[in-house]
Amino acid sequence: MSRFRQIAQQLAFTRREFLRNATGVALGSALLRPSALARGATPSSKRKVVVITFGGGARDQETFAPEGQENIPHLVRELIPQSTFFAQVVNRGILGHYVATASLATGVYETINNFASLPPESPTIFEYFRKDFKRPASDAWVVAPSNGFNRIGESSHRGFGPGSGARVILPKYLLSAATSGSADYGHLLRDSYETPLSAPELGGSTFELEQMERILKLSVDDFRSHARTLSSPDELSVYIVRQLMRQLAPSLLWVTMHDIDIAHAGAYSLYIDGIRRTDRLCAELWKAIQSEPEYAGKTNLFILPDFGRDSDDDPGGNGFQHHRTGDALSRTTWMMALGPGVREGVVFDHPVETIDFVPTLGVLMGFSPSFSPGKPISELL
Amino acid sequence: MFPADLKPEQFGGYPPEARKLAIEYLGVFQGLPLSFLPSLLREVIDYDYRFPAERKTLEKELANLHALSGPELKEWFREFAGIQLSGKLERFDWINSPSQFVEQLSSHLWTTHQLDAFRKAATDYANRLHAAIPADPPALPRLGIAVIGQGVDVHEEQLFRRLRPHGAFFAAIQPDDGLQRLLDVVAARAKSTPLPYAHWYIDGGHEILHPAAITCVSYKNLEPARAALLTRIQAETTKAGAGPEALRTVMAQMRPADLGVDQSGDRVLDYFQVKLLTEGSGTQIFSTSFAQWAAREALRRAQPLTLLVRFAPRQRQKPMSELLAPSREPAELDPIGSLVDADMGAYYNWINQQRLPGSEKSMFLAWFENHREAVAISPSMPRGTVSTSAATLPELLSWMA
Repeated sequence: MSRFRQIAQQLAFTRREFLRNATGVALGSALLRPSALARGATPSSKRKVVVITFGGGARDQETFAPEGQENIPHLVRELIPQSTFFAQVVNRGILGHYVATASLATGVYETINNFASLPPESPTIFEYFRKDFKRPASDAWVVAPSNGFNRIGESSHRGFGPGSGARVILPKYLLSAATSGSADYGHLLRDSYETPLSAPELGGSTFELEQMERILKLSVDDFRSHARTLSSPDELSVYIVRQLMRQLAPSLLWVTMHDIDIAHAGAYSLYIDGIRRTDRLCAELWKAIQSEPEYAGKTNLFILPDFGRDSDDDPGGNGFQHHRTGDALSRTTWMMALGPGVREGVVFDHPVETIDFVPTLGVLMGFSPSFSPGKPISELL
Repeated sequence: MFPADLKPEQFGGYPPEARKLAIEYLGVFQGLPLSFLPSLLREVIDYDYRFPAERKTLEKELANLHALSGPELKEWFREFAGIQLSGKLERFDWINSPSQFVEQLSSHLWTTHQLDAFRKAATDYANRLHAAIPADPPALPRLGIAVIGQGVDVHEEQLFRRLRPHGAFFAAIQPDDGLQRLLDVVAARAKSTPLPYAHWYIDGGHEILHPAAITCVSYKNLEPARAALLTRIQAETTKAGAGPEALRTVMAQMRPADLGVDQSGDRVLDYFQVKLLTEGSGTQIFSTSFAQWAAREALRRAQPLTLLVRFAPRQRQKPMSELLAPSREPAELDPIGSLVDADMGAYYNWINQQRLPGSEKSMFLAWFENHREAVAISPSMPRGTVSTSAATLPELLSWMA
């Protein structure tokens, strides 16, 4: 067994034991009855899916390890008991946030430049979904943290591409436009924690400010006023998500969190603050899903990080600060699934890959992710 | 351009001592794979500005490579030779810009899914090298000291959680004049073992008076350099075609004079300080990140015998766009958040110290400044224990020895 596999398995074992002790969840096995998810708990045509990427990058010792549990009280006490939990989700691709999120959304390990304004090369989940179900653009949305994610909604793949994917909202871009770059809102406008440079030019199906009132029924003044009450970009994203749910109720909604990535600045307390905030926002979104008539009882929520961060032990890195070494801890994460048809309080510790996510949703929702080499996760089917 | 085609005149752009070294080992370079050589040249090109410990390590590595037979050299670099490079990398000016080549190589390895193979090759090479060239033991057992929590009066959460299992926790330290007493200990070690760059004092705020024999770096002293760097970064970001790679190239090429850090008369330390600001992430804006990274780099590069790091409050978090704009407004501080940062930073200081030769005899002390709590790690300290006995910091250090 390779050292990577040993560490990854140990990581999964630790998470599993913690979850069993802390929340009383059961260890999943092949003997358990099949999930009702794919057996039609909700007809595919009415099913909705919300995906939250718990980003950007959080380690075990600050989340699911015993010493980290204090940082994720909402996940541990409220969400895990209602979820099927996968304790060993391995990302074998490039550990940059945009390219890793693109890999999650395509089911293919993308190799595009993490810092360039490029679409994924393989078809996205949004394109598969819309094409197979002939859904309008208003039924698939992405809310993403920074301008660098503006091309995530649709690929450059022949047969898909422009106009066939998700609409993308970049809340910080909207805020910047709404305030004309006023310094009053500067604390929310930072684009990337990995580089001080501004992001590339916008392109793709980017949501523009003038559409806000027409589509989200939100005036620029209201948006601006509400932003004044928020402390972070991810809070702004969740605010936009809730507007989308109320006004358009898309069937496929993808939210990418990013506050945690402040870790790149090297301040541990700010990294922990980011984890605690993301934990709270995940619970808030789950509550919102259950309280919105269009979503309650027919929505599955998936929460998963894009990847982890470097371990303290790798001399090539600097601990929590970055995700550059490609070591086992930075590649091994987790995933939880909630909602109708999902077995509650079950944890599986065998390895699955991040590229298995889209094929799994393909089976659940009924579309064919034909270009993904990933495999559907049988425990959810 | 491949290593086999190297010629002496191609090193004309190197500083004098680096050029001499490169020409001396040209034959070795010609036999190395391109996936490896620029990493070595990255060390060679900065030879004139390296600490004595780094120079010695590099000289030993080159001598070892020179002593290998042809088949041995081939075997040592078999895994590196298996790394597939792109034509773009092969055409890159890796002789004069080895750091930029390594940056692009890293991107290439990720993209082509060769990172794991490269990591294995690098790890195997390092293991062979360590086996072939045993590290020299330090002249005296290393002593690391971390002072955290400046400006914090009350803190209820448990400190030193990660360090405590490795040593003894003391709950009744007499804090009076503690920082000066610790600095006196550093000064005494510098006097008794007067080796260059062997005894360091890093301050995340204003440094206090210290003997000249102690190498000192402080966040406050570098304030003009930080402001100059941030101004430069802002200027670069507004240029057409600006991108992260272009910015990294600009920062990698910065010299002490570019940031006004060339007045000390110590060019090795000047270059070290520039690299702290141009290579460290967050070191330009958060004093806690600066102190931790400076300690990491001092340990990794200079391998000091004594290192005292005092963390100071960093500024409250602001967005990058605001932080990158030099302002005349005094920065609001975040002492509690900084204490959390420094607690983790102290743990990292210990980890990095333990990576150096002689770790089995090394000592480490972390102290909550002006408070009664400290943790002491050394071969003589029982692990995971708690002491409520009253003690001064010098007494505690004497027990650790």
